[in-house]
Amino acid sequence: MAAIEPSSRIRYLFAIKPAAVLRLGLWVALSIAMMTVDHRYHALDGLRDVLSTAAYPLHVLMQLPTDTRSWLSENLAGRTTLLEENARLREKQVFLNVQLQKLTILEAENRRLRSLLESAVNTPGRVLIAELLAVDFDPYRHHILLNRGRKHGISVGQPVLDQHGVIGQIVHADPLTSTAILITDPNHALPIQLNRTGLRTLARGTGNFQELDLPHIPNNEDVKVGDLLVTSGLGGRFPRGYPVGTVTKVEFDPGSPFARIIAKPIAQLDRIREVMLLESEPTASTVDAAPVDPTPKP
Amino acid sequence: MTTIRAKGGWIIAISFFTAFLLTGVPFWGDLNYFRPDWVAMVLIYWCMALPHRIGLGTAWLIGLLLDVARGALLGQHALALVVVAYLTLQTYQRVRAAPPWQQSFSVLIFLLVEQILVFWISGVIGYPPRDGWYLAPAVGGMVLWPLLFVILRDARRYFQVM
Repeated sequence: MAAIEPSSRIRYLFAIKPAAVLRLGLWVALSIAMMTVDHRYHALDGLRDVLSTAAYPLHVLMQLPTDTRSWLSENLAGRTTLLEENARLREKQVFLNVQLQKLTILEAENRRLRSLLESAVNTPGRVLIAELLAVDFDPYRHHILLNRGRKHGISVGQPVLDQHGVIGQIVHADPLTSTAILITDPNHALPIQLNRTGLRTLARGTGNFQELDLPHIPNNEDVKVGDLLVTSGLGGRFPRGYPVGTVTKVEFDPGSPFARIIAKPIAQLDRIREVMLLESEPTASTVDAAPVDPTPKP
Repeated sequence: MTTIRAKGGWIIAISFFTAFLLTGVPFWGDLNYFRPDWVAMVLIYWCMALPHRIGLGTAWLIGLLLDVARGALLGQHALALVVVAYLTLQTYQRVRAAPPWQQSFSVLIFLLVEQILVFWISGVIGYPPRDGWYLAPAVGGMVLWPLLFVILRDARRYFQVM
């Protein structure tokens, strides 16, 4: 035993084997190969599926501290606060009900007019509610993880909304979870329309939850602060007419060909808890395809 | 201590598990920018404390799990953590001897390397960092290192992990 001790001490001291650089090189090469395959060919989706299913309990647990905090703040809220909130919500419900009555009439009228014009009616499809599992993977990529996946009928490209407006779309659908990209992600652009003037443009993400960038709008366009942006339905991903944001800043620089226009998303992207997923439906108003009319002609 | 036998592996597993849990916990307000990479810090600790046991292979597997957990490209954190483990294994004899607050400067360097690698890869696939704030987690890691070190050291001694 006495003979083992010094050698094991030595093993402690020189735990790095001589070929450490070689081994580092091998692991790095393996990582680079994996990233290339994952990024270029998406050949590792199967592996990602397996790993993400294995990581599902982890995600649920990761959300546990945040959930506990909100549970505590809800349960420890005073009675008066709850009563106040209750009264406010009741008031709001009455208000919304009144608006809804108007809306049903308008919707019926709209449908009648559209059928006169022989254009497809975009009725909303099936809606699926999903909860957020995790938000901040990475402060520079606005991706969120949802607790619904392919098993629940989620597919890539499905639009994601909350009660205020458009949030984003699904980019990955794993068996039990799915990842959505938010409209404020720097790599996301959303085809929109100004509700007041009908001007079509894109809303690009900026990496800031409070800002959308509207590029390529000429200086002489009629854009005002407070204008509502809605989805235009072009591109075929998002149905038409869902609110996206409001214009917050319009700057005309005579030196540049385009105006600098910034909008604020209506959905509160940094405090989402539940989202709605719309069943992707082929919208009739794709860019240049002839409208496919499912309704029989009179 | 006549023989060296792997012992207390479950403490290592629990520490990594806790680090994964903490990864999902945001900090208050603007402090969130400084939220450190807990998993990398725990990895640095174990590489330093048990270099014969925790090495590049463990780092790579942990990194792969982190990639899945954070929705990153498969291999992104794996690569960064392998490099961090390598740097730690190369320097642990010098770093381990220093008091925790001095160690935290080395940890800052390791975490900076990790952040730069991760964001460099993100930049290659089209997500360049917006500003210099992406290096802030390394600073947060530096500040919290002494605390983490003391906790993990006590746990290692108490449960005789070796």
